[in-house]
Amino acid sequence: MSNFSVAFRNADAATILSVCGELDAHTAPELESAIKKCRDEGKINLIINGHDLDYISSAGLGVFMAFIEEIRTLGGDIKICALKSKIFDVFDLLGFPKIYHIVETEEEALSLFERGIQPIQGD
Amino acid sequence: MGQVSITYTLVVPSETRQLAQVRNFVTKHARQANVAEEHIDALRLAIDEACANVIEHAYQGNPEKEVHLAMTIEPTRIIVRIRDHGCPFDRTAYRRPDVRELSRKRKSGGLGVDIIRRLMDKVEYHNQEGTNEIRFVRFRQSRQDGFR
Repeated sequence: MSNFSVAFRNADAATILSVCGELDAHTAPELESAIKKCRDEGKINLIINGHDLDYISSAGLGVFMAFIEEIRTLGGDIKICALKSKIFDVFDLLGFPKIYHIVETEEEALSLFERGIQPIQGD
Repeated sequence: MGQVSITYTLVVPSETRQLAQVRNFVTKHARQANVAEEHIDALRLAIDEACANVIEHAYQGNPEKEVHLAMTIEPTRIIVRIRDHGCPFDRTAYRRPDVRELSRKRKSGGLGVDIIRRLMDKVEYHNQEGTNEIRFVRFRQSRQDGFR
């Protein structure tokens, strides 16, 4: 049985993917499928809500790397919110905050889309 | 705590679904030995990354194979050894990954070894007579770098 799940919710400005459990090399394909599903349905403004995410390894981080370029080319973005501090530490360890909007609340992430804030382009 | 050194071992089939069991094993024994949570978080992640690399790269997803893990908890440090009999890791081809570059190339892999190197104080690779072993050490002093 998988110890990971994704739930979808639509807001006006974005689709919210609430991730729950442990994201590792075994469960990362589930997040990959979820993002692909959104993309195929034309939903390209995506918020990953990590409030209930208890663990992430490089396989989980890899899902974001695999899709961000394509989603941004289509005019959307993936924004990440509500991470527990130990999960944020893993993103931070590898420099993800320089490339991805990682904010504290879902409201903040929605606001970035509502205000048309451009994705972080980096250096 | 005393001066004792305790080694815990685990053998799991080479399948990604075993990674949760590996992490639970690390957490359980490290907590029992009063290892600080910041070190447990770092060890759990580094061991997960090393085992995932064995499963996906050394054994290329063959579930008939086994991954051998030994974690030794000493008063001042934790030593981890992960052993396999698959394809050896090519250290000469390794270079530190850049997340921006990987994202541009739409790559999903390539971060695991970097995570291990960032979190552990010492990392060594050994290859002898078809057995590969990654050994790494995390010292138990408090630290500002790596995980808070």
